[in-house]
Amino acid sequence: MTKENDPNAARKTWMSLLAKSDAGVLSQIWDKADIAPDFRFLRAPEIGGVMVRGRAGAVGAAFNLGEMTVTRCSVTLNSGAVGHAYVQGRDKKKAEVAAQIDALMQTDLAAQVEAAVLAPLRKIAETAKQTRAAKAAATKVDFFTMVRGED
Amino acid sequence: MYVAVKGGEKAIDNAHAWLAEERRGDTSVAELSVAQIREQLALAVNRVMAEGSLYDPDLAALAIKQSRGDLIEAIFLIRAYRTTLPRFGGSEPVDTEKMACDRRVSATFKDAPGGQVLGPTFDYTHRLLDFKLAADGEAPQAPMTDAPPAETPHIMSFLDRENLIQDEPAGPKVPDDLTRAPLELPASRALRLQALTRGDEGFILGMAYSTQRGYARNHAFVAELRIGAVPVEMDIPELGFAVDIGEVTLTECETVNQFQGSKTEPPQFTRGYGLVFGMTERKAISMALVDRALRWKELGEDNVGAPAQDEEFVLYHADNIQATGFLEHIKLPHYVDFQSELELIRKLRREAQAVQEAAE
Repeated sequence: MTKENDPNAARKTWMSLLAKSDAGVLSQIWDKADIAPDFRFLRAPEIGGVMVRGRAGAVGAAFNLGEMTVTRCSVTLNSGAVGHAYVQGRDKKKAEVAAQIDALMQTDLAAQVEAAVLAPLRKIAETAKQTRAAKAAATKVDFFTMVRGED
Repeated sequence: MYVAVKGGEKAIDNAHAWLAEERRGDTSVAELSVAQIREQLALAVNRVMAEGSLYDPDLAALAIKQSRGDLIEAIFLIRAYRTTLPRFGGSEPVDTEKMACDRRVSATFKDAPGGQVLGPTFDYTHRLLDFKLAADGEAPQAPMTDAPPAETPHIMSFLDRENLIQDEPAGPKVPDDLTRAPLELPASRALRLQALTRGDEGFILGMAYSTQRGYARNHAFVAELRIGAVPVEMDIPELGFAVDIGEVTLTECETVNQFQGSKTEPPQFTRGYGLVFGMTERKAISMALVDRALRWKELGEDNVGAPAQDEEFVLYHADNIQATGFLEHIKLPHYVDFQSELELIRKLRREAQAVQEAAE
């Protein structure tokens, strides 16, 4: 399914962003946004593992590479909106906040959450990615031929 | 025969208390934090994650602190912790083509699209001790070059286009898992790769080196070595679609190997594959060489009896936790076993002496 006609594309994007965010940074931005809703747990934060897979030769049969730690959580708001989180690491607060954000993004508060939480998170992630790419680019080799043998 | 004995509790408690004190070392020296280990001993952390088979830098750093820097002991701690985690599921296979590469080099094509990117490498350093690091210094800063995001296609895809490289067959969606069922032989390639990626770096390196020195030589070129971050995607059962649940740094090595052809395969290049958690390039290259050596049967090659071709030898001895568990158990009390050995030797000697005396 391409991104354009995937009805879940937007939700995928924000859930993915939350999963990969730094727990400390997310907590800071969330507290500052001051939009914590009333909620109750459908599933209290739970720490577990996910088996990460690769492919033989990058393109062939799948194999098990090893596990990573993941914390999951599900919440429901008073409005009935349900939010889920599967986030990297073992930070229960991160999973709880991510589930609340997922729920809020399905309500009228979506625009507010997007501006106060997701946009700054996205900016931090993009800056980090660009900085690393720029450092890598500085180590790209420029070949030049010194002498070409004639015999 | 086992005989239950009691005793030694106090000695054990005191030994562990002393261990804790020795771990801390001289208290006039500042204590190491877990974050310092995670940030400044990152390659040790990477090795513990790869062989502990659990990607979690903070846990690996804690394990290194607890084990006083004994990495196999740290790996043991991570393996033990891992078994306590409920398994939420398995990810989609990671797409290494989309890796955000910190490093990407090819030994086979100079002008690879995407270029040769060295990254933060020890290569080309002079291996001279840097005494500046022993003094407090300023934090160094890497130069940056603005670059438009470039695609870095796998080098192998170019050979593939010319049909010069062996196909990688598809496999089942859920691969065999040696953490769920005992490893039985012959092992599928999926099981071999799983055992190699979590295997001991020193053992895999030694096995790989043996193939280079001529024991099942398969003349490997590093077609591509890349290190960087890839997202990990998993189907979320509550939602019915997949989302990224995190991001891991991986090292991937693809080797291309000369192949003269066999009874079943035409002359072509064949592949060896290494994929390992973290920045673990020696391990990934070694894994690719050993993977290739173990593939002799499916490629119709001869078994020349080399250790690296022997899957039982390689796979059953690659795991350093299994190895150290069995090895180190022999230092634990075997008093009764040994008592019987002692009786036996005394008896044999008595008999031998009696025979000798009778002959005289």
